[in-house]
Amino acid sequence: MSVIYILLSISIIVAVVFFIAFITAVKNGQFDDDYTPSVRMLFDDELVKEQPKPTIKIKKTN
Amino acid sequence: MEQTICFHCGDDCNSTIIAYDEKNFCCNGCKTVYEIFSENDLTCYYDLQASPGTIPKEIEGKYDFLSQDNIIEKLTEFNDGNTQIATLYIPHIHCSSCIWILENLNKLNPNISSSQVNFGKKNVRVTYNSQTTSLKAVVLLLSSIGYEPYISLDDYKTGQQNVNRNLIYKLGIAGFAFGNVMFLSFPEYFQVGEYWLEQYKHLFRWLMFVFSIPVVFYAGADYFISAFKGLRSKLLNIDVPIALGISVLFIRSTIEIIFDLGSGFFDSLTGLVFFLLLGKFFQQKTYSFLSFERDYKSYFPIAVTKISSEIGEHPIQVYDIKKGDRLLIRNEELIPVDGILINGNARIDYSFVTGESDSVSKQSGDKLFAGGKQTSGVIEMEAIKSVEQSYLTQLWSNDIFSKNKDDGFTNLTNRISKKFTIIILSIAVIATLFWLFVNPSKAMNVFTAVLIIACPCAIALSAPFTFGNLLRIFGKLKFYVKNAAVIEQLAAINTIIFDKTGTITSNKKSTAQYDGLALSPSEELLLKNTLRGSNHPLSRTLYDILDENNIISLNHFEEHLGQGIEANHNDNYIKIGSASFVGAKEHSILNTQVHISTNNEYKGKYTFYNSYRKGLSKLFNVLKTQYDLVILSGDNAGELENLKKILPSKTKLIFNQKPDDKLEYIKYHQTEGAKVLMIGDGLNDAGALAQSNVGIALSENVNVFSPACDAILDASKFNQLNKFIGASKSAIKIIKWSFVLSFFYNVIGLYFAVTGQLAPVIAAILMPLSSISIVVFTTIATNLLGRKLK
Repeated sequence: MSVIYILLSISIIVAVVFFIAFITAVKNGQFDDDYTPSVRMLFDDELVKEQPKPTIKIKKTN
Repeated sequence: MEQTICFHCGDDCNSTIIAYDEKNFCCNGCKTVYEIFSENDLTCYYDLQASPGTIPKEIEGKYDFLSQDNIIEKLTEFNDGNTQIATLYIPHIHCSSCIWILENLNKLNPNISSSQVNFGKKNVRVTYNSQTTSLKAVVLLLSSIGYEPYISLDDYKTGQQNVNRNLIYKLGIAGFAFGNVMFLSFPEYFQVGEYWLEQYKHLFRWLMFVFSIPVVFYAGADYFISAFKGLRSKLLNIDVPIALGISVLFIRSTIEIIFDLGSGFFDSLTGLVFFLLLGKFFQQKTYSFLSFERDYKSYFPIAVTKISSEIGEHPIQVYDIKKGDRLLIRNEELIPVDGILINGNARIDYSFVTGESDSVSKQSGDKLFAGGKQTSGVIEMEAIKSVEQSYLTQLWSNDIFSKNKDDGFTNLTNRISKKFTIIILSIAVIATLFWLFVNPSKAMNVFTAVLIIACPCAIALSAPFTFGNLLRIFGKLKFYVKNAAVIEQLAAINTIIFDKTGTITSNKKSTAQYDGLALSPSEELLLKNTLRGSNHPLSRTLYDILDENNIISLNHFEEHLGQGIEANHNDNYIKIGSASFVGAKEHSILNTQVHISTNNEYKGKYTFYNSYRKGLSKLFNVLKTQYDLVILSGDNAGELENLKKILPSKTKLIFNQKPDDKLEYIKYHQTEGAKVLMIGDGLNDAGALAQSNVGIALSENVNVFSPACDAILDASKFNQLNKFIGASKSAIKIIKWSFVLSFFYNVIGLYFAVTGQLAPVIAAILMPLSSISIVVFTTIATNLLGRKLK
């Protein structure tokens, strides 16, 4: 029956770890800007595509 | 006619198309930016969004002050001699291309190690090596690609601003504790006498106790502080019964687990605090790209150029300007202090100050007021006052700017809470007395149970969720409200005061009426073409009003500053300008007029009238039934007759009001019981906006600065004003209905409490149920309200 003590302490430790992660994230300003990162993550592809072949740099848009 | 769109900025290219690299540009500025990008392999900029750019402005010499160490020190947030970090506000940021190019600044200047955009706040945080480059170089680079940063006197302050994240921490802690306590209390809900539960329930209970300690003493601390403050000023605000409920819950639960009387109410306790904080969080809707606290500092430059006999021209911080200093004001620069014009062609645009769009010509020796913007060439002036003592800036020394508007306003929740608290306390006392006679052992139990179950969680949540949701709906409709209290105040107003220029008139369009001899087609052609060459605001307005004509090349064109234009084409000779320049006999002082003569024969004049916003008279006719309407204008009475025709006859029209007069006018009427809504736009309305119960700043472009106010309304939504006020009134009704709903829950809860049958499981069901149903009710009701608004 003492297994419940182990389970209990594990569950609380896991909860506390996530709680600390949340506090650190807030402290580092992760929730300050909730828009820009969503746009930024889409850029990486285009940068990689562009660097190896800089010759085709002018593309048409309209 | 087919239009050619500039590849860079998307503007119509008009007649001057510059073709480069198989693309069309409207001007050399746009072409240059394109060249910079294509040389650095950054044309991806144009793939993300079509025509994302803007025309770079002429900025020569404008940022010279950025080489001064004390100014750099104030503008950078980190500086160790090698690396500097500066956050620059760039109003033009508007699309994903902007983010992309600004985060790739290091390709344009390798000394910039990183740059990060915050799209919501429209700023970019640049880290660069200060040994090899400088803040000035970074700003110049940004300006050259069309992303000119906006640096104002407001930025001139030391230290970083601390972001207040307390509420998120508190919400996190309460949510964390709530979840864990729920798990731990769940087994005991069913009251089964299983062997293992009997053995472990003490451990479970003490763990719940530990989890609820930070909830009570940290997350719920604000309620105790606010209740204490309320009691000290003899106010029974909503936080009093909440604080009472929290402390009774905590104390009774602790006693129960110490003496093994029961499992306590830790689940309800943590849930209560969590829901309350959630309401608070939801009510906070912030518009990071807007500021409601601006004063003149956001408009004023950090530094201007001073001319001294010893060291010539050099930048000087505006706070250091002393009486008698000679200042050089370049084109497009703002006059920071009151002064006297020494030399140069002064054409001052006071639209910042008065909202008046026409610029004013000044002669040498004339007085110049701080806040005006020079619009033609370089001028020299002598300061006669310091920044704080200038005519415009003095307004901010009025007490009204240091007063908090929310003080002295009892909101609906607190009004109800007063009665509520008294009723609850009397029920608790009566029930306890009853049980003292019947069964004394149950008396204490009943007393605490009443206070626990009556804890006004649902009441406290009604207003935050209703107003919070309405703030979001208003925001989507371009009506940006500072906080929830403003909506409540808006529902209570009975007088609406409008500023004239820029508020009920539109800045963009004027109408002009021609009287005089009819112009022949060839004269009209000549008139239109002459106006094309002039940059004077009246010429531009008149040019836009006149019909489209063919383009002819003029043989001669000459602009006389402050007087007019003369030009000729073949044998036709034209003069356009002021009455004296053209040779007109009559002229009006009140109205703006442009006179025309051809071949030395006086033809006639164009008189400019304000063009009023669409739906103005309809709006006034709707509003007049419920509110007193006043027009309070800083302008002369030239438009009086015109306004009388448009507006309902009851409307008061008052002209020639200085900023101070406007403030005093509102103050006077407030003492007579008026609840004033002021709608204005310029800095001259700032005092009136602060004094009124609700001050709404009207803005043609919400990204451009508006004075300190309670709400910002997009000009295109001006004619919807009555609907917004109506919606605020309906919101009050929604809150009242949700009070009824929560009283219903309280009656059920009180039945259990008074009869002494309140089990933890009942409290744990009733409390969240009432809170959630309130949230659902207010959300659905406000969304229905929002649908009506569209």
